Amino acid sequence: MKPAIDGSIDVTGQEGARLHISGLFVAFISGLPQLLFPLLAAVFGARKSDNPALIPIMVGAVLALSLFFRWLSWLRFRYHVGDDDIRVEKGILNRTARSIPYERIQDVSIQQKPLARMMGLSEVKFETGGGDGDDAKLSFVTLDEANRLRALVRSRKAGVAVTQNVPEMAESEDAETLFAMDGKRVFILGLYSFSLVIFAVLGGFAQQFDFLLPFDFWDYKRWAGLAEDSGVRVSTINGVGMVGQLILAFGAFTCLIFIGFATGVGRTILREHGFRLTQTSKGFRRRRGLFTLTDVVMPTHRVQAAVVQTGPIRKRRGWHSLKFVSLAQDSKEESNYVAAPLATLDELWRISKAAGIAAPDGDECLCKGAKLHWIIQLALLMPPLMTAMVALLIFADRPLAPMLFLVLLLVIAACLFWCDWRRYRFGIDMQQLYMRRGWWRQRLTLAPHIKVQSIEITQGPFGRRFGLATLKFGIAGGTLDMIALPLPMAREIRSAVMEKVAEVDYSAINQSR
Amino acid sequence: MTDDASPELTPLDPAFITTSRIATALGLLPFVIGAAVLELTKLLPPGSFLVPMFLVYAFVAFTVPARKYRHWGYVMGTDQLRVVRGYMFYSDTIVPFGRIQHIDVDQGPIDRRYGLSKLTVHTAGNHNSTVTLPGLAHADALAMRAAMRAAIRQEIL
Repeated sequence: MKPAIDGSIDVTGQEGARLHISGLFVAFISGLPQLLFPLLAAVFGARKSDNPALIPIMVGAVLALSLFFRWLSWLRFRYHVGDDDIRVEKGILNRTARSIPYERIQDVSIQQKPLARMMGLSEVKFETGGGDGDDAKLSFVTLDEANRLRALVRSRKAGVAVTQNVPEMAESEDAETLFAMDGKRVFILGLYSFSLVIFAVLGGFAQQFDFLLPFDFWDYKRWAGLAEDSGVRVSTINGVGMVGQLILAFGAFTCLIFIGFATGVGRTILREHGFRLTQTSKGFRRRRGLFTLTDVVMPTHRVQAAVVQTGPIRKRRGWHSLKFVSLAQDSKEESNYVAAPLATLDELWRISKAAGIAAPDGDECLCKGAKLHWIIQLALLMPPLMTAMVALLIFADRPLAPMLFLVLLLVIAACLFWCDWRRYRFGIDMQQLYMRRGWWRQRLTLAPHIKVQSIEITQGPFGRRFGLATLKFGIAGGTLDMIALPLPMAREIRSAVMEKVAEVDYSAINQSR
Repeated sequence: MTDDASPELTPLDPAFITTSRIATALGLLPFVIGAAVLELTKLLPPGSFLVPMFLVYAFVAFTVPARKYRHWGYVMGTDQLRVVRGYMFYSDTIVPFGRIQHIDVDQGPIDRRYGLSKLTVHTAGNHNSTVTLPGLAHADALAMRAAMRAAIRQEIL
């Protein structure tokens, strides 16, 4: 931190600096497409009247109005580079003053779009990793100012983050392999990924492009005709008798099952072939894929929580999957980082240990939820069901048979609630939070106390009446909600966690050291 | 009261009742106008729609803000901010200063007339990524912001 820099800031200091005025026109021109609809509306509105000169006037008015508002918001926008934060004040009527402490700024990005570049301007974004995307954006300032801001933020942060310039991927060979899947393992995973999605895809394809086909795809008579051409007659199928039809149906069913498994295996091999998770100095590095090889690095300190998942069948064989929760998104369909798609618990805890998340070791005292919570939920289902029953009885004049059907619904709901209650566990030990839920796809979430961002106790009207609370933990990139706790217990857990959380600052846990 | 947890809750600025009355009254005005228009068309017997509508309006705009005010509260600790609100749907949120990403102080046009502002704290969590505390005296909000910033700064050093 140089005093000279401090001095130059204080000059612009108190009032704050404005953005560059030419940025107004850049924003105006790049914002023109958004004005298309108002412009069209203006043109159509003016066309109705008899005076043709009105059209350019209306268009001009829309443009001028837009420019005027942009100018107003430019006038009301100020940024202030302070001693320990960057402050942005904006808003024409609603004033917002946002303060971003230097310690929280993860990165400063400078972007130059073609038009801005012609004017020598650039857009500066301060990224903090806050929950919502748009943290603070200065559009536009001169490139010099942008570079100055970035240098300034870097120098202010210098004490915190240093190891940014580790050479990329230098240490690929000596890295320790944490987990790898051979062909057999990938194949087993494929079997568990049974999927009939191929039919949906083919059906959708046929629907989309049926104009290209020489016949009507959905016309079953056509298919019957096709079959008859090759010697099979519908009447023959009808004539083979009960057993024959059963055999045919069984054959079709087996075919379907086979295709389902084949799709699952195929897709899995494409994605997971050669799965290898290694631990490098930069964090976890994962390589996988048959044709499109992906190589993703996840810094260890970014791991916020771990999710261990298993299904009803794979659980019997001892297979589980491990994912890491973080702010980053793994791929389009996965929001969490897949660390091990199919692993035994031993392998899995070894990986999670590398991420600083320990296996449950027995002292976490997993508790069951209060039964009352599920009973209340069941009771809440009663009124609508009752109403439906009464309505059916009175208005539709139905006999009692459909009533029994409704009661059956209630029984099913009760069973589901019971299963949910039976599988649900929550717990806490000295370092971590645990939450297990799901009776079909079981899911255990583990999060270290210090990764908790905020804690909320909520109670609905019924919870308040019966002293039950929900404890919601804010975790970057994920959620961890403990339900059905007695209120005193919720308070107790909260204060225990808070004690741990308050000791450590966010920057300390989320920056590489 | 069931809020037995140790420190006393600090209530919001009493002017919050007024500003929130004005805000709800303005926000719901279109419904009253709509009811009045229906009344003018004389589709229904006179008063059958406007009167109940107006009663509900008066209740929501005048009684509810006062009740809301009673159930809001906050505790500004040395290392955490606790925000309590709601009666039917009660929630009690704690944000440690060490987890705050950035801090907003907002002032709408109504708030500004009464010298109030709204403090919003952003965290990195998916749940509760923003925790909002409305109805603070502007000076208090600024002081709280300064205190939080100082706390963040200190923990770094």
